[in-house]
Formats: sequence, C-alpha cells, structure tokens
Amino acid sequence: MAVMTMRDALNLALREELARDPDVFLMGEEVAEYQGAYKVTRGLLEEFGPKRVIDTPITELGFAGLGVGAAMAGLRPIVEFMTFNFSILATDQIINSAAKMLYMSAGQFKIPIVFRGPGGSAYQVSSQHSQALESWYAYFPGLKVVMPSTPADAKGLLKSAIRDDDPVVFIEQERMYGMKGEVPEDKDFTIPLGVADVKREGTDATIVARSLMVPAALKAAEELAKVGVSCEVIDPRTIRPLDIGTIIESVKKTNRVVVAEESHPFCGVGAEISAEINERAFDYLDAPVKRVSGADVPMPYAKNLERLAIPGFEQIVAAVKEVSYI
Amino acid sequence: MLLIRRFEEKSAESYSLGKIGGFCHLYIGQEAVAVGSISAVRRDDYVITSYREHGHALAKGIPADAVMAELFGKAGGCSSGKGGSMHLFDKSVGFLGGHAIVGGQIPLATGVAFASKYKETDQVTLCYFGEAAVNQGAFHESLNLAQLWKLPCIYICENNRYGMGTSLERAMSSHNVAEKASAYDLASEFVDGMDVMAMRRATQRAVERARNESLPTLLEARTYRYMGHSMSDPGNYRTRAEIEKYQERDPIKLFTARLKEDKILTDSDLSDMESEIKEQIEQALRFAEDSPEPDPKELYTNVYANS
Repeated sequence: MAVMTMRDALNLALREELARDPDVFLMGEEVAEYQGAYKVTRGLLEEFGPKRVIDTPITELGFAGLGVGAAMAGLRPIVEFMTFNFSILATDQIINSAAKMLYMSAGQFKIPIVFRGPGGSAYQVSSQHSQALESWYAYFPGLKVVMPSTPADAKGLLKSAIRDDDPVVFIEQERMYGMKGEVPEDKDFTIPLGVADVKREGTDATIVARSLMVPAALKAAEELAKVGVSCEVIDPRTIRPLDIGTIIESVKKTNRVVVAEESHPFCGVGAEISAEINERAFDYLDAPVKRVSGADVPMPYAKNLERLAIPGFEQIVAAVKEVSYI
Repeated sequence: MLLIRRFEEKSAESYSLGKIGGFCHLYIGQEAVAVGSISAVRRDDYVITSYREHGHALAKGIPADAVMAELFGKAGGCSSGKGGSMHLFDKSVGFLGGHAIVGGQIPLATGVAFASKYKETDQVTLCYFGEAAVNQGAFHESLNLAQLWKLPCIYICENNRYGMGTSLERAMSSHNVAEKASAYDLASEFVDGMDVMAMRRATQRAVERARNESLPTLLEARTYRYMGHSMSDPGNYRTRAEIEKYQERDPIKLFTARLKEDKILTDSDLSDMESEIKEQIEQALRFAEDSPEPDPKELYTNVYANS
C-alpha cells in the first residue's frame, strides 16, 4: 500500500496499462508536452514517447471519432477530454459510433475505448465548465459509465476500464484530484466494473453517493452518528451497469434512502436509482426516496452562489433526518 | 458494376413489395466510383462509407446473399439483421460499415488509418461520402488530423450534386470540393466519377501516396444518382431532362462501349454476364427469403462485448 493523491493514482494506472499493452495509447489536448492540464498525464510522454502519448489539436469531434475508428481496427485508445464539458462536441461519435458499433455490426466490431477526464464542478469556472454529464451518457445502452471517489477506486477502476472491451466513459472530479488515500501497489490490482462499494456500514438509513458527494456523505454520516442515526454509505462506483443489488440489500436493511449527487435532479442518476428502488423494494421503504441534488440552474460564477448550487454534508444530514422523521 | 446495378434494381423492387423496410438509398449511376476505386486496393485494406453503401459492400466482397438478407432484416444478413441497409458490416473483407450520420464515417476512417500506421502495416483506408458531407465539421477536423499526423487515408467525395433535395449550389459557398484539401495542405484530385478506369487510376495514385509516404488524399469524383435520395424521395428538385442528360454518360454504358471497341468484350459475353448476374441476384433473393428472422433473444445480444 502507498498513500497518494487521486491524480497520482490515475497517473499510475495509465502508466501501468501503457506498459502492459502496446495497443493502448493516450491522446487528448495538452496530455503530452504540457504534462496534462490537470497533471494526470504527467511524465507519460517522457516514459512512453510521442507514438503512445499524443497531443491533439482542439478538435474533439475529430479525435473522438479517430479514437473510435482506431478501436475498430484493433487498438485500445484512451481519449482524454480536458473536461467533460468539451465532450459535448464529440457526442455524435461517442453515442452514434462508439455505443452502437458492436450492436449494429452484430458483434464484429468491438470498441475498447476509454473516454476520460474531469466532470462536474470545479472552483468558479462558471456554467459551461461545470457540468455533470453522467446521466446523459448512462442513458445509452452500449456505453459504460464509471465515477471513482477515492484514489484506490480511481486506480482500480481505470485499469479495469482500459482492459474492458466496451466504450467506457470515465468521469473524474477536478476537486478530488488532490485527495489522498491508500492505494494498492500491485500492478494487477483492478476493481471490477459494475460493483458498488459500501463505504460505511450502517443500519438506520442508506445514503447512495457518487464522486464528489462521497466525502460529503461520509461526513454527514459522522454527524448523524452523534445523534444516534447510523448511516450506510454506498458508492455505486459504476453508474452503468449499475449495481442496484447492493443498493437494494441496503434498503431492505435500513428502509430509508437518500441519494446525494452534485448533478441536476431532473433526469439524473438519482432519479434512476429512485425509480429502481421504487420498483424493486417499495415494501421495504418507510419513507419516499429523497434526492439531494445540485441546484437546477446553470452554474453561476460568484463564489457564494456556487456554494449554494452544490450540495454539502449539511443538506445530506437534513435529508436523512427528513426520511427518518426526526 | 453490372452486379451492383442489377442488385440495386432488385432492391428497389423488393422495397416496393415491402420486403425491405426503413430507408433504402440506392447507388444506381454511381457504380464506377466504388468499383473503380476498390479495384485499386487489397482485400486487407479497409473501406468505410455512408448509408448509400450497397455498391461498396458488394465491390469489397460481401456476398450478394448476405447483403440482400440484411436488407430483408434476416438472420443470414451480414449484420445478422441488426443493422439493415445503412449498417452493413463484414470484418472478413475489410468492410467497416455503413454509417447513417452524414459525415460520421470520416473521423472513423481517419482513426482506422491511424491504427494501420500505429501497427506499422501498409494497409490503407478508403472513406466515401457525398459532397453534402463536406459541409460537416467532421470532414474538416478529419482532413486536418490526417495531414498533420500523416495518415494513410483516402477520402473519396462522391459529388452527385445533391444532398437529399438540396443542390450543391444551395449548400456550398465554394463548389470546388477537391480544392478544399488545399486548406489542409492535403493532396487532391478531381476525377470523372462516371469513368471506372479514371477512378481506378486516381485511386492507385492515392494508394501509392498512402502506402509509400503515409499521406492522405482527397479525391472528388463527379458522379450522379438516377434514383432519389432514398426510396421515399419523389425527386421534385430536379428535372427528368437533367437525369437523362447524365444518363448519356452512364458508367456501365461508357465502359461497355470502350471494352467492345477494344475488342475485349463481345455482345455475347455481355449477354452471358447478364444471365450469370441475373441468376446470382435470384439466388440472393431466395437466400434472403428463406433466411429466418433473428431469434427474439438477439434483441439483447451484442450490446456489450462480454454479456
């Protein structure tokens, strides 16, 4: 075990997988010579050279499509979007090409591509640079969507995503790049996609949280423990395919659920989880499923307004109390 | 070319009989472009194109049986009935589809060429699209990348003068497609798309550039489609007279005349060929009719690679 930041854990995962498989290559804006806009790809150009680590022009639709084509011809591309806000330009290739190629070709052309980069809020980067797009991508059969919340999860999940034969949308969080945690050093340490993680065991309420909301959920759980409410915190880790089983098992135990997310509520992942709990575990609920989501507005610039737009542990505490009728 | 022509005629008939559903975009009139260019590449080279793809598929080597069965939505289709007319695929002959978003195939082709260069094979990629696709950003992004990164991709614009019902005069500020390559310092040529040998020779030059120098080329092939954009198109945007004018330079007519003139082909040869092709098409039709519908469980297969 080593203690490292999420940034370094991701860097290590990329390093190990580039070393392991010569068909893996990385491309994106500023990933090579600039060492990565967020330094996630620091040192990779020096270690692997310009054939494997490639700076692209600002041409998202072009390089995303190029990645999918390269995957059709047998390579395993990792395409970095500097932020997922810019991936919107590439959605035709992610959705109409990557997600559908295996199906349309009846299994002839698999697309083992990873689209990775930070998504969700940063610090005062305003409406066009702060979007959480996981529910968009999770909508499409054929894509997998992964969101790590710890350095260990980041390393294990990214390695699995790179080894996966399907297109994976791997959404990191800029606010979490500096977060430290213990990370296994085994070069073959991977975490399977589609498996949730119980980050904290509890008996009275279930909090389902992902990405940026996991630390907030854990802090909320600590606060609630002080008033005698024992919370179970579940991190899905993979949004699609969703490990609804682990969530349902928890609901059966606690009978109360809060879903915490920084994304907008409407048509979000929280809405999906809520619907699935409703369908599968209605009889176990003692209160409706409550969502704590980001404000349903474009992200404002002003510091105080931005703080109001992103949920914190206080809102999660209040939501748990609400579903507990206390 | 004759096989493609007769196949497309049979497809039109089948569509009208309700055997083929959805959209059916026919290649009649444009045969020389696919046949001429594909004759210049190897089986292990790649072809990727738009939804007007039956001709390219047959030219690259997908059996007529498998193409017709795919149009009929049957399990024996080259995409097992999951793709249809717009999404024919056959990995064994290097045919990479079949793409229905205008211009979507252009970045894909650029990536396929990237992979060949990365793996250090000398394979080349032929990418086909219409002149209307040239207005999509994806075209420009791809050509920039191909020249910048020196990729062995041959971009073939089939300029048939119409993007669905919109003439190129109504869609493009500059009509010279080949010239657009100069914005990317990319080699280009203008080719008579009704002349199968001219297509072949231009493609051979581009293939040499791709294999020997790993550089891309843009070919603008002037051609014409006789049928509408698809089987649903009444074609009110052009006159019967215009179509007949272009038919005077029909690619099959031109090549046949030339072969006869050079004493390579006799009327009897041609008649034999027509009979053989007629039989081949009839067999394709029987195969398509007899092929079963996909098993209902196929609805859920191949969404993900390992489930």
